[in-house]
Amino acid sequence: MKYLISVLFLLGLSISANAEFKVGFVYVGPVTDHGWTYQHDEGRKAVEAAGIKATYVESVQYGADSERVIRQLAQSGHDLIFTTSFGYMDPTNNVAKDFPNVKFEHATGYKMDHPNVSVYSARFYQGRTLLGHIAGKMTKTNTIGYIASFPIPEVIRGINAMTLAAQKVNPDIKTKIIWVFSWYDPGKEAEAAQALIDQGADIIMQHTDSTAAVQVAEKAGVWSFGQASDMQKFAPKSILTSIIDDWAPYYVERSIAARDGTWSQQNTWHGLKEGMVAMAPYNPAMGSDLVKEVEQLQKDLASGKANSFTGPIYDQKGNLLVAEGSVADDGLLGGMKVYVKGVEGDVPQ
Amino acid sequence: MEVQLIKIEKRNDVSRSIFLLTPILAIFLTLFGGGIIFYALGFNPLEALKFFFITPISDLYGLSELLLKATPLCLIAIGLSFCFKSNNWNIGAEGQLIFGGIVGGGVALLFYNHDGFYVLPIIILSGAVGGMVFAMIPAILKTFFNTNEILVSLMLVYVAKLLLDYLVVGPWSNPEGFNFPETRQFSASARMPILFDGLRIHAGIFITLVTVFLSWLILYKTYLGFQIKVSGLSLKTANYAGYKGKIMIIIVFMISGACAGIAGVGEITGPIGQLHRNISPDYGFTAIIVAFLGRLNPVGIIFASLIVALTYLGAETAQIFLQIPKYTGQVFQGMILFFLLASDYLLFFKIKFLGLKKNDI
Repeated sequence: MKYLISVLFLLGLSISANAEFKVGFVYVGPVTDHGWTYQHDEGRKAVEAAGIKATYVESVQYGADSERVIRQLAQSGHDLIFTTSFGYMDPTNNVAKDFPNVKFEHATGYKMDHPNVSVYSARFYQGRTLLGHIAGKMTKTNTIGYIASFPIPEVIRGINAMTLAAQKVNPDIKTKIIWVFSWYDPGKEAEAAQALIDQGADIIMQHTDSTAAVQVAEKAGVWSFGQASDMQKFAPKSILTSIIDDWAPYYVERSIAARDGTWSQQNTWHGLKEGMVAMAPYNPAMGSDLVKEVEQLQKDLASGKANSFTGPIYDQKGNLLVAEGSVADDGLLGGMKVYVKGVEGDVPQ
Repeated sequence: MEVQLIKIEKRNDVSRSIFLLTPILAIFLTLFGGGIIFYALGFNPLEALKFFFITPISDLYGLSELLLKATPLCLIAIGLSFCFKSNNWNIGAEGQLIFGGIVGGGVALLFYNHDGFYVLPIIILSGAVGGMVFAMIPAILKTFFNTNEILVSLMLVYVAKLLLDYLVVGPWSNPEGFNFPETRQFSASARMPILFDGLRIHAGIFITLVTVFLSWLILYKTYLGFQIKVSGLSLKTANYAGYKGKIMIIIVFMISGACAGIAGVGEITGPIGQLHRNISPDYGFTAIIVAFLGRLNPVGIIFASLIVALTYLGAETAQIFLQIPKYTGQVFQGMILFFLLASDYLLFFKIKFLGLKKNDI
């Protein structure tokens, strides 16, 4: 009898736990990074605003911890779980196998081992093209400093897109890169920014998540760009614009789909056209002509009239990557491993 | 102007039972301090503490995760206790863990797609040797060149981290992995056997338990253990008694490094299954807290590792259910150590107020 009661009790618990539809988020950094994780959390808040409960766990390390966190979210009654960094790829798929009724969405990865896993990412490189155009026009030293995180295709794609666009308006451009091997390490990012400025860069941009680099640029009096989020208030004079990742519409759409039972496996890669990549207001210091030019380019990239990777494109060794008159396909972009001509140094191998 | 004079006196009559009980006092003070912090953050302290310390281990999966997390902490802390007992300050267990992981992981990659019962033991052994060799660097430098082992072992952590970075980004990165900084997933023969279906707790826990028993045997039942303790209490006495102090330094570092190396291998062949840059969330440093909280005693260290492991899990559940910032876990670890050191101080020293005196200055 006692046994029966406890079973009924547990049953009741599990039913009440599953009663409410819940969405969970796993973040790689703190929600206060004012960059990557901050933007994902803005997306989460939009889900809450749509009337769906959405919780999060921040600063989840890659490695053994991430799988436990994802599993705990699945176990504690979350029906849809967004894992928002590339290092959660295998753990997400591992947990998805054991929770077929829970939906999983992994950002910036490529593995969908189970029908309840989707992947999604944004075409950040389209924003990089705009930054490259501005940088090529604004630089006096013809040297662009770039703080990079990990040598994965997503980051290399951004470096290449930026360099190609800068070369188009300024053939003498050189891109100097410092790899910090972290997504979020304000100390390292600041050091890297200073080192690049010391090497003659008068434009600083970064593929890392904190505001450290733009703050260093502001102090040194060089131009900079915000990453992932509008960082204007951290460097009001120095920032020319920011690439904004706007995850909110996607998160709301997918959460509602999961709640209403219309969710299906997808591989999403949205850009300027869909609004997943957006640009912060342009700094008037650019001059109204340049602002108009860039706004036109932004429209053309969104409509497909312009493309970030239009041939001819050569790699550092002079091998042809994309022929004249054609554009790079998603296969080449997804596996991009080499720098284009004009980037200094080697991809860490 | 008058000032209060304070005199600090050493106590000579510290009882052993109180010495062993202070960690428990420290834990209670931490719970109390934690409650105050939760209250200040606007949460119901009792509810928050419940989500922090009870919810994470209220089911089988949670218990398995607790043991999974405690396994490397306990193993490293046991190794460190040999060093700390003999006054050798090995602060670089994190580096020894990583280097052991690198060597063990390298062997695992060598045996990629290779079956055989001998694969895993070879990996574990090579990880132990890796950690051991890496720990011998500060030991040998200390014995022959009189360098400071705290600095050398600490700085070697960065050497190990950078070496791991280099390997997973470059030569060992997964050829099919789109340049992501990680190796291939190891083959099944190179993975720790899972003890229960659906849980992540693996055979590594037996290695830890055997090590705990062996270290108890060595420390309390052998001549070597006696030598280690005597040199910790007084190096001069040890030398006078004819113990070979230099060899002892190298031996305790080797034991400590081997334990850390095995812990590293346990992580990569257990829950992780590959090498990448984040094979350890600073287990090597957290184990220092564990070693002291456990009073450098094998049984104490078992309990200490469970408690510290719980602060990791609790921080996650507290965030999932109450959205309490995750860094409270680290705050709790810091508070435990703070209260332990503070109560130790008051335990060993008497503070005497000598009354008000005229200040001439």
